Amino acid sequence: MRRTLHAVAFFVGAVVVWHLVVRAGFWSPVLLPSPLAVISYLKHAIADGTLLQAAGVTARRLLIGYAAGIGAGLPLGMLCARSSLLRDTMGLLALGLQTLPSVCWVPLALLWFGQTEAAMFFVVIMGTIWSVMIAAQSGVKSVPPIYVRAARTMGSRGLHTWVRVILPASLPFIVSGMKQGWAFAWRSLMAAEIYVTILTGFGLGHLLHYGRELNAMEQVIGIIFVIIVIGLLADKILFSPWEAFMHRRWGTGR
Amino acid sequence: MSGPATPDGRASRLLIEGVSKSFKSASGHVTALQDIHLEIREAESVSCLVGPSGSGKSTLLAIIAGLERPDTGRVLVDGKPINGPGRDRMVMFQESALFPWLTALENVMFGLKLKPGITSKQRREVAQYYLEMVGLARFHRAHIHELSGGMKQRVALARSLAPNPAILLMDEPFASLDAMTREQIYADVQAIWQKQRKTVVFVTHNVREAICLGDRILLMSASPGRILEDFPIALDRPRDINSIDVARHSLEIRDALVKHNQNYDERETG
Repeated sequence: MRRTLHAVAFFVGAVVVWHLVVRAGFWSPVLLPSPLAVISYLKHAIADGTLLQAAGVTARRLLIGYAAGIGAGLPLGMLCARSSLLRDTMGLLALGLQTLPSVCWVPLALLWFGQTEAAMFFVVIMGTIWSVMIAAQSGVKSVPPIYVRAARTMGSRGLHTWVRVILPASLPFIVSGMKQGWAFAWRSLMAAEIYVTILTGFGLGHLLHYGRELNAMEQVIGIIFVIIVIGLLADKILFSPWEAFMHRRWGTGR
Repeated sequence: MSGPATPDGRASRLLIEGVSKSFKSASGHVTALQDIHLEIREAESVSCLVGPSGSGKSTLLAIIAGLERPDTGRVLVDGKPINGPGRDRMVMFQESALFPWLTALENVMFGLKLKPGITSKQRREVAQYYLEMVGLARFHRAHIHELSGGMKQRVALARSLAPNPAILLMDEPFASLDAMTREQIYADVQAIWQKQRKTVVFVTHNVREAICLGDRILLMSASPGRILEDFPIALDRPRDINSIDVARHSLEIRDALVKHNQNYDERETG
């Protein structure tokens, strides 16, 4: 309760200071719009549907690409942990590609797929897959062999051991890899949407870029808020439950 | 193909025939086990494998469990050669090997989940029954990191008893517990064995622990791992590890150990 109060007081204070600075008139309102102008833009954009539509387009790209990246990265990483041949080939490739900022995939994606959804999925997948793969690989390698031995004596074999023992045992690694993959994917998707107009749908990045073209600073700042809120929500919805689970079960953190 | 039968016509509970196992290590070729023969006829007995580190006692246990394959020889349970791990032989490890992502009760249920033909309600009841047996009924929802070392090993014991194995293999399960916890657990384990008659093979390097718990002590030597002597222990149960009888037997076994070590040294140097 007290902590919520602190947070609320801090943000209300920040907005008040922002408002006062604008009122003082140091900068042109074209460069620094007042919080009221931003709120009025957001109201407007929600009312005419552009904001929700753009958020929907962006969220769809992100979620589908992210799910595909995890769906491919997780089994690949687990296989790499078990096969030294895969580790020396695919594993090395993943390590190399993971160091590449994922926004670098944008030009290639545009050449291969054109200004389409496929290009956006490609960028998001490339942002996600390598982090998840490397995390899954180190997670599996960190599983104490005694867990697998114990499971074998209790009749666990093959796929059952993978799903019921190795996967949960490497969960702490996998979740942190998923978080990193999410961060990479989110940033590169925003960069791609700002960088180029995707003809199959206008996302948040497009609105942001458009705001700059129109010199509509309240739109730029409003969209930035929306992007931050989506990032926070994703953290709370996608990762907090897993992290809380791990804190409870492993007794780590806090 | 089945093994030789005992005089009453039944196959021995556990028969180890000519088992050898060696490993490659950094320091060269290590013969962990050399031509081990061991027969356990009495189904309701506790056999303790005692020896210094490197005597291959844990390796022998892993071979009986089916977790490792011997280089030569074979293991028969009730006359049938084993092929890999099985729920008729459950293992309790030195570290508890409990799964941290499951609660105490879910850990006990893990082995039952793979047992065909029982409902999830039955599984829960069976698991709860065994948690109660080890004195942890109230802790069924506890997470593993919340339990003390002794409690973890109690949950591990419940987990290995739950599938109702004929043979219970225990690999130094109490070695990392403090002395007071251990003495309590010796009393509890003996009480549980009275109720749950199992063929127990217990590995330890602690001679007094072996005498306190075992009906039979198999003394093993290091490199190569071999069974040197076989001592029956006929003391009344429950036994107290601090009793004079236990101390007397432990002297006898320690003398035997020293004697064998001297022989070994002479062989090596002479």
